[in-house]
Formats: sequence, structure tokens, C-alpha cells
Amino acid sequence: MTCAEAEILIHALLDGELDAGHAHEVEAHVGCCPHCAAELRGCRELRRAMPAAPLRFVAPTRLRRSIEGTLPSAPPRVSNRRSVLKGFAMGTALSAALAASLVVAVVRTDQDQRVLGDVISAHVRSLQPGHLTDVQTSDQHTVKPWFNGRLDVAPPVVDLTAQGFTLIGGRLDYIDGKAVAAIVYRRRMHVINLFVAQGTASAQGAAERATVQGFNVEHWSTGGLAFFAVSDISPDELRDFIGTFEAAHVP
Amino acid sequence: MTTGSDASHDQARRFRDAALPLLDDVYTLARYLLRNAADAEDAVQECYLRALRHFDTYRGPEIKPWLFAILRNVIRGEFARRSCATLTMDGDTAEDADAIPLWQEPPPTPESEILHERDADTVRRLVAALPEPFREAIVLREINELSYREIADVVGAPVGTVMSRLARARCMLRQAWIAVEEEEGLPT
Repeated sequence: MTCAEAEILIHALLDGELDAGHAHEVEAHVGCCPHCAAELRGCRELRRAMPAAPLRFVAPTRLRRSIEGTLPSAPPRVSNRRSVLKGFAMGTALSAALAASLVVAVVRTDQDQRVLGDVISAHVRSLQPGHLTDVQTSDQHTVKPWFNGRLDVAPPVVDLTAQGFTLIGGRLDYIDGKAVAAIVYRRRMHVINLFVAQGTASAQGAAERATVQGFNVEHWSTGGLAFFAVSDISPDELRDFIGTFEAAHVP
Repeated sequence: MTTGSDASHDQARRFRDAALPLLDDVYTLARYLLRNAADAEDAVQECYLRALRHFDTYRGPEIKPWLFAILRNVIRGEFARRSCATLTMDGDTAEDADAIPLWQEPPPTPESEILHERDADTVRRLVAALPEPFREAIVLREINELSYREIADVVGAPVGTVMSRLARARCMLRQAWIAVEEEEGLPT
């Protein structure tokens, strides 16, 4: 074993990462090489003088609360009660759930139409002079923090200029009576409004498409957020936009 | 209440139980990689959002390296541009740095080398002064206590590379440590 090899392997030896054969070789080399023996002592010294605990950082309470806030709430109280119920009421719960989902399916159709109408209205309103953006910048790091404190969701903001969709800015808007983020992109002379609202965490589905008053709308959900993309660009280009957006904000 | 939202609540609860206790670890790594408290907060926040979004695809035995890998992606994607003056993740620069032969200079008077324990701020400063990717390797190993295999997975490099980065990182850190002692004129 050369000194160059040993100088690397003594670290693996100290970290307990060497198999018995290699460990023996390194020890044998250190035993007969004063230079590498000194290296080993030096490394031991460093480990002794550098305990990990004080070098850690503690996450600020603000950050912890903010992350807890973005998690879909799963209140333990409810799940406890539910687990008690589960013991004897599973059959009832299942049929109740089935009935509920039937009701939901019926109610949703009406609600979907209303939401779609809101989305189109918001898009049209945004195209009027001076209504497009509250924060106007192509810097995603300006747009994203701007929503802090204004919404109960953290919308993903990505700059897609390189992919042909220029980030123009963001604004607050209202869909279905709730404040939502509107992230505004431009494709050539066309405006794309991307509305981001709180969704149900379980919703994870293929995009739903619609054409209303000549505008194309795509709706999809992911990661507890509900997205609506609206524009007068062609359905194909809008799908292209969504693909690009999804690819850019998902690791 | 539908069974679908039960499942998602269950998943959110599992994510909460698994990932939230590691918040300090993730934040620590972010602080060392970004060297800036505000950027670290943003990165950690984004990391947790992404992790939750992809929690249903998480299959690994250890969640810590998985979270670290996501954090690293966040930093590369969204923060590298902003902090490019101080941060170079493993692009060309890092490969160049790896290509430089291992620190050959023997540390001064190694036979009698005694390193005095330093306050946390000084050690943090010394670690923060290490260039990437050596800083990353030493933080993952010494502070976050990952195995070589886990570090290799997080940084996407072979274990051999991790080993040599770590060796070089410790050499540099020792030299910096000794330099501090000499500055202060402490007996060595």
C-alpha cells in the first residue's frame, strides 16, 4: 500500500467503513510508516476536537410552523375518534362513505361549472389594462415570497423563459370565493394565467380540459394543490406549458 | 369523509412522523451548503413541499438521505443561480477540484499535534470556509452522520469519490484549525 492510498483509507478506517482485509492492510501500513501514523493521529485529534452536536443548527420556530402549516392537516383527535369507531362501525362507515361520494359526485358537477366560470372570469378580468399583475417581475424568487402571508398555500413559481413561457408576475385572485394565487406567463402575445389554490391532498389526477368562450382551460391537482391554467393559446400549446411547468417544479 | 381523504391523511401523518423530526438535520445541511440563514429557510421549506409531494413514491429504508437528496436538488435548481458567487455544486468546478491531487503537504509538526477544542462558532466558520464539494462531504459525514454509501447516494458520486473528498476535506480543515491556533499564538 502506498502512502497516497493510505492517506485516504485511514479516514475510512476511522469511520468504520473498511472491511477487515483493508483495515488490516491500512493498519499494517500505518504501523511501519511514521508519516501515515502521524496522519492517523492528526485525524483522530480532529474528530476529538470536533464533536458534531454543537455544530448543528436548530431550525427557526417560524420555519417549523410554516412547514407544519403546509402539511395537510391530520388532526390526531379525529383519527383517534375514528379508530374507536372503526372497531364496530366499519360497515356503517363504508356505506356512509359510499353514499357521501355519490352525493359529492352529484354536487360536484354544479360546483365544477361554477369554478370553471370563475376561472374564465378571472382570466378575462386580468386581461383588462392594469389588472394583470400585482407583483410584476420575471424573477421567480420575487414572485414566490410575495404570496407569503397573502395565501394559505405556497404556490410553486418557476421561470420558464428558456422554454418559451416568460414569467411576468403574480397577483391575488378569487376563485369559488377563496383567495388563490395567479401566476402570469406570456407566450408570444398570449397571456397564460396559472391559478393555484389549495386542493385536497388526495387529488392526483390527469388533467381535465375544457374550452369556454374560446379560452382553453386545463385543471389538474398534485401535492395538495389544485391548478387551473387558462389561455387563448391552442390546447396543444397549453398542454405543452403544463408539461414544462410540471417538469420544472418537480425535482 | 371519503376513504380517499383517509388515505391522504394517513400519508400526511406518516410524512409528518417521518420527516418533521429531521427538520433540524435538513436545516443544518442547508445552512452549511448555502451559508445564509434566509436562503436555508427557503430551501428547506421547498424541500419539504417537494418531499411531501413525492412521499408516495418514497420506498427507501432511510428517509434522511432521501430528504437530503431533495434538498440538494432544490439548492441546485433554485438557489445555485442566486448564490453562484459563493456556491458551486458539483459541476465542472467540483470535478476540477477533485482532479487536484490529494493534499500532499504534511501538516506542521504532526507528531505533537494537539488541536484545542474551539467554540462552535469558530468550527462552523472553518467548515463554512471549505470549498464545495469538500464542505458538503464533511457536513454529511461529521455533522449529519451519514454512512459513505448514503453520502454517495445523496451527492450522486461513487463511494471512492466520497472517500477522497472526505480525506481532503479533513486535511483542509485540520490545516485551517492549526492556522487558527497559530494566529492566536497558542502552544501546539
